[in-house]
Amino acid sequence: MAEKKTSMIKAGLVLGLFSLVGIGLVSLTYSVTHEKIAENERLFLLKNLQELVPQSIHDNDLLADTIQVSNAEAFGQNNEITIYRAKKNEKLIALIATPTAPDGYNGSIKLLVAIKENGELMGVRAVSHHETPGLGDAIDTNKSEWVFSFNGRSLSNLDSKYWRVKRDGGEFDQFTGATITPRAVVKAVLKTLQYYQAHKAELTDG
Amino acid sequence: MDSYTQILKNGLWANNQAFVALLGLCPLLAVSNTVINGLGLGIATTLTLILSNTIVSIIRHHVGNEIRLPVFVLIIASIVTAIELIMNAFFYELYLILGIFIPLIVTNCSIIGRAEAYASKNPVGASAIDGFAMGTGFTAALVILGAMREILGSGTLLANAHLMFGEAARDITIHVISDYEGFLLAILPPGAFIGLGLIIALKNVIDKRIKEPRKQIVELPLTPKKA
Repeated sequence: MAEKKTSMIKAGLVLGLFSLVGIGLVSLTYSVTHEKIAENERLFLLKNLQELVPQSIHDNDLLADTIQVSNAEAFGQNNEITIYRAKKNEKLIALIATPTAPDGYNGSIKLLVAIKENGELMGVRAVSHHETPGLGDAIDTNKSEWVFSFNGRSLSNLDSKYWRVKRDGGEFDQFTGATITPRAVVKAVLKTLQYYQAHKAELTDG
Repeated sequence: MDSYTQILKNGLWANNQAFVALLGLCPLLAVSNTVINGLGLGIATTLTLILSNTIVSIIRHHVGNEIRLPVFVLIIASIVTAIELIMNAFFYELYLILGIFIPLIVTNCSIIGRAEAYASKNPVGASAIDGFAMGTGFTAALVILGAMREILGSGTLLANAHLMFGEAARDITIHVISDYEGFLLAILPPGAFIGLGLIIALKNVIDKRIKEPRKQIVELPLTPKKA
């Protein structure tokens, strides 16, 4: 009995020791890499943003000048979303919203939508999605040029009833074999533009 | 103890974790859509295997039988978490593509399988070599399947090489078939299953050829045909 007890305690101690060593190893790696990881994430985001709003047209730090807004209806999610603002001489040039298209073929599609101060789209990008490879993933810029068809569009040069895919009587192409994906993206972009039109003053100030 | 060549041969061919043991199929099928993705996951898996085999072999006399599995799991989980952090720091874009499959290396049966079946019974050097051989065999499987699916699926080879080798490698992408429309089945998971099946079949054919004694070629004298 006593022997069994000792061996149990010994086993427990060995397990505990290995847990400690494991935690130590992971903590050590974390402390060496976490700054680099945070920097990677920052640069990656900045690269994505600057593809839409080039550095040459603004003079502020995009990642520092942000506001948080919450509107589940417009942005497709309950959480607050971040809006990045590009300014030159303190004047708003453009902003980039981060809405979600909740009704993709395979779950939600996270977007970046860049809008010029006058309400014209500077560009749209899909940053994360699970659409079918070869069909719905034509929203990626390296697969097709579809997403560029938003450039230059605005609510004033395209009536909101034409903000649909062609099959639904609208202006935007659908993909062969995939209508749901572009439909979801077009809808999300339209809602973001409408939100901008209605709340322009709040988004510009502050 | 096996000789090192024997261990290498086992890992790469005779007991290849993907083609013979059929272990780790989930990441194998999910990530083998391009050569670079396969290579990335393969290298991460190989590193994990070498480290876990080495450590398990070092501690094999000090851990009681009843707690050896939890200890192995702890070791493997710590190693994989550390590798995940390092990839996140130094190969960020590749990390974004491989995503969930890096932490899931923990659940790759071949790793705990090698720890239990080999490293816990063999000396450190042989265990490390075994980890390397098994990992390289697994990587080879990922790369071969990746190449097959990439050529068939998108007509390229080594696309996105810059994610792993830096900007200079951006141009090494080979467009095997120009203006290729793409073959969806090859990119989707069913294509991976079919591809894996074909490769295993091919391997079995080769094994059979090697096993069978070569048939003597007897030259028969040509008899002139009668007119």
